[in-house]
Amino acid sequence: MGTFTCSVFTGLSWNPVDDVRALLSYPFMVHALEAGTAVAVMAGVIGWFMVLRRQTFAGHTLSVTAFTGASAAGLAGVPVTVGYFGVCGLGALALAAASGPRRSLSSESAATGSVGALALALGFLFVSLYHGILNGLDSLLFGTFLGITSGQAATLVAVAVASVVVVGAASRPLFFASVDPDVAEARGVPVRLLGLSFLLVLGLSVAETSQITGALLVFALLVTPAATAQQITARPLAGVALSVAIALVVTWVGLALAYFSIYPVGFYVTTVSFALYALTRLLRALT
Amino acid sequence: MLAHEFMRNALVAGSVVGIACGLVGYFVVLRAQVFAGDALSHVAFTGALAAAALGVDLRFGLFAATILGGLVMGALGDRARPDDVVIGTLFAWVLGLGVLFLSIFTTSGSGSRDNGAAGVRVLFGSIFGLSSQDVWTSVALAAIAVAVLAAVARPLLYASIDAAVAAAQGVPVRALGLAFLCVVGIVAGEATQAIGALLLLGLLAAPAGAAQLLTVRPYAGLALSAALALASVWIGLTLSYVFPTLPPSTMVVSTAVAIYACALVCASRSRMRFWPRRMVHA
Repeated sequence: MGTFTCSVFTGLSWNPVDDVRALLSYPFMVHALEAGTAVAVMAGVIGWFMVLRRQTFAGHTLSVTAFTGASAAGLAGVPVTVGYFGVCGLGALALAAASGPRRSLSSESAATGSVGALALALGFLFVSLYHGILNGLDSLLFGTFLGITSGQAATLVAVAVASVVVVGAASRPLFFASVDPDVAEARGVPVRLLGLSFLLVLGLSVAETSQITGALLVFALLVTPAATAQQITARPLAGVALSVAIALVVTWVGLALAYFSIYPVGFYVTTVSFALYALTRLLRALT
Repeated sequence: MLAHEFMRNALVAGSVVGIACGLVGYFVVLRAQVFAGDALSHVAFTGALAAAALGVDLRFGLFAATILGGLVMGALGDRARPDDVVIGTLFAWVLGLGVLFLSIFTTSGSGSRDNGAAGVRVLFGSIFGLSSQDVWTSVALAAIAVAVLAAVARPLLYASIDAAVAAAQGVPVRALGLAFLCVVGIVAGEATQAIGALLLLGLLAAPAGAAQLLTVRPYAGLALSAALALASVWIGLTLSYVFPTLPPSTMVVSTAVAIYACALVCASRSRMRFWPRRMVHA
């Protein structure tokens, strides 16, 4: 066990104060922590509504379109951020169009799956047309948490603040429309408009998160902390706060573990958050 | 085109995978379990990479992971129909594990460039690289999956459409759901070799979704779904053969989604003809 820990966690002195100081002595690590914090707060808030609205599959599909956006931007020679936001916005609109109000559950899931598969197929097409980034495919899909510049970190903070403010402003009607859409519609809440706007905000936030955790692992920050929070409490405000707190802890711990080891940050973030989720489910089943 | 052996292999394996995906996909869509199918395809990715990192046969890891994944998801869900939050949480973690295995695999091998390409092959398939032995394996597996599905088709249909009434009549709804997820696991593992872990969802969801838009009769729908999936594979492979820059899996999935889009348009137009007055009033 001892030799195993040494070979996996290089440079860890097991003195917490020294370790944190070592961690914060590198600018790239500070940027990663800033960006990770912004993403975690946003993913905690938006993920909570996503889980409440049972739109996990839509969130996953949008995270997949982020990969398409990045590869399309690479092929067209425009900045990657433009590709992310453009394609994720389009994906959100396509999903909203595909899941009309009178569709059944099964046709909605078929439509979502088809949109996702098409997005991935196009992404792969762009990557193979643009031979240069074939080696970067893994980083497009799985993220490069540790290569973030200070400018990127500032952009991420701005987008995170904007989307949290938008969701916060619409939170009461959104909550009503999510819990009981029929009654909300009868009371004059614009349910369809809210649904479309939420998908758009979800798409944009997924686009933002993708730049850091990669398209496939966005999901870990969006869904798992929110699902854990909803296992613990049904009260909305406490739930959102808890979801944000879990996302923050998971991101910080994951980043720190990745700094001291040779394995990717995505693995640690998903594993820590899944362990928390499994633990809460187990505790709930026992009590 | 048929003179090349790789093309013949690709067509045979692709047809078999297409028929299996079309038939299984029909039930997947009917049960609104497309997300579970998606999750199983990502499980396939992790399984294959785990096998690669540990140095065992890729196919062993693939099928062990998908069948196990199907069983776990069935066990977690109520009546073996897992909630999408449960699926999402589980497979976010499975993907994290996949990333770990990918990094172990790419850093451990001597030729790391080849190893990185292996990861891409698992994600997006390599249908033109199948040997004739691979083709026979996939024919045998598809036959097993289709036979199991045919054996349980009637009760599964009942359980999918109205689980509560079926359970009251003594249909073993839970066992059926578990068996079905296992079959989906087998098909997902098989399709991963042909069109890749990330794209098999298109072949699972799009032809079946189109078939359900075009007919409500179950057996006609099953046949139509298999036929549409088969057509997507053939058209996609031909396109990719004629234009070699276009990857085959992309062409197969794009064809399937294009067929689905056509079915959406047809279905909404026929609905307009059927209720002209209501559309005007609305």
